Amino acid sequence: MITKRIIPCLDIRNGRVVKGVNFEGIQDVQDPVVLAKFYNDSGADELVFYDITASFEGRSLFSDVLKNVASNIFIPLTVGGNINSVDDFDRVLKSGADKVSVNSGAIRNPSLIGEAAKKYGDQCVVLSMDVKRVDGQFRIFAKGGREDTGIDAIEWAKKCTANGAGEIVVNSINTDGVKNGFDLEMLRAICDVVSVPVIASGGAGCMEHFRTLFNEVPGVDAGLAASIFHFGEVKISDLKKYLNDNNIEMRIQEK
Amino acid sequence: MIAIINYGVGNLFSLVGSLEHLGIDAVVTSDADEIRKADRIILPGVGAFADAKQKLVDTGLIPVIDEEVRKGKPLLGICLGMQLLFEKSFEYGEHDGLGYIKGEVCPLNEDISKELKVPHIGWNKLIIKDKSNPMLKYTGDNDYVYYVHSFYAKNCDDSLVAYSEYDVNVPGLVCKNNIFGAQFHPEKSGQVGLDMLKAFNEVTA
Repeated sequence: MITKRIIPCLDIRNGRVVKGVNFEGIQDVQDPVVLAKFYNDSGADELVFYDITASFEGRSLFSDVLKNVASNIFIPLTVGGNINSVDDFDRVLKSGADKVSVNSGAIRNPSLIGEAAKKYGDQCVVLSMDVKRVDGQFRIFAKGGREDTGIDAIEWAKKCTANGAGEIVVNSINTDGVKNGFDLEMLRAICDVVSVPVIASGGAGCMEHFRTLFNEVPGVDAGLAASIFHFGEVKISDLKKYLNDNNIEMRIQEK
Repeated sequence: MIAIINYGVGNLFSLVGSLEHLGIDAVVTSDADEIRKADRIILPGVGAFADAKQKLVDTGLIPVIDEEVRKGKPLLGICLGMQLLFEKSFEYGEHDGLGYIKGEVCPLNEDISKELKVPHIGWNKLIIKDKSNPMLKYTGDNDYVYYVHSFYAKNCDDSLVAYSEYDVNVPGLVCKNNIFGAQFHPEKSGQVGLDMLKAFNEVTA
């Protein structure tokens, strides 16, 4: 059967990995290629790159980074950040991305997902959504979680998958950064209404949190995290072995 | 030299990059002479069967591929390129494939539990049926490969080399003489996939 996936996420600004990183055995942890190789060798099942650059120059640096990573690492690469048009899809796909994740771009331009899915296939389009509870409702937030759009997250997930999103990343603002575990209630609510793969994000603090995630919400396909991997609090190779030992099938690399 | 057939279907960045990474000469081409000169051919592909078949027909290259394959040149079809090797596909209608390998391509969702997601996306264990196949020269049991597809090959027991379980046995690797097909993406399957591309480059006609 298909394995659950473990996905580290790298934020890139001006061609460098953002967030202080603390690793033994790597010289330049801010070099995206070095870090991506390290994660690949540790058994990451996929890599996500978010471009958080604001400037045009930064964007062309990001394309260079992507090309460099994609020429050295042969596992699926998902790219997000600054994706507002089909041209943006084209730009990152030509630089080596396999999947493209849209967040605010899909809110601003509701036809983007449909257009991109028609051109590149559903498997290429990932909906990324930042969700927070407001008045007992799961609400979509924009602008990096600062702006309440008033959109109901459950309806949004249904609509975007109907339009052609082939995968959903659910980032819970409520649990993000708290390191107290994934937002199981929110993930369950999303998994109940979509039939595409769901990637859980926000809240991982230790290996047990991934075990609870996959056991409690079987509809979740992958767990995504950034800082716990970057800071070495959780090693991907240890995590995958731990989950495998606990009867959650993982891809364990033998070479 | 490997000729990667360019017929306007899918993103070839990783495939070209992985061959380059292995130090294997490859050219992305839709030129008949380049295909004739190459030692091996790869037929890639992502998207819908009927559209891809039409695009391949439009290149006028099918007679060239037929001829090279008949002469014994190794051919590897990847993902949709693998599905095109079969006799038929039932993806939105009924369409003829290249007919190199016996079998047909059918929708996964009609044959598996409703609980399972389609497309079949992710890493799945490759269960080897024919260990002696040259494509598996460097591949062991329990290796995982990366799949992204919604349709799968059926009635191809004669050519089955390795499969993965997704309620049904999904043919992962098929082979008939010098013709090989991989439903998964070797160019996205980490070292395991690179090893298979390396093995393909060592297949002798």
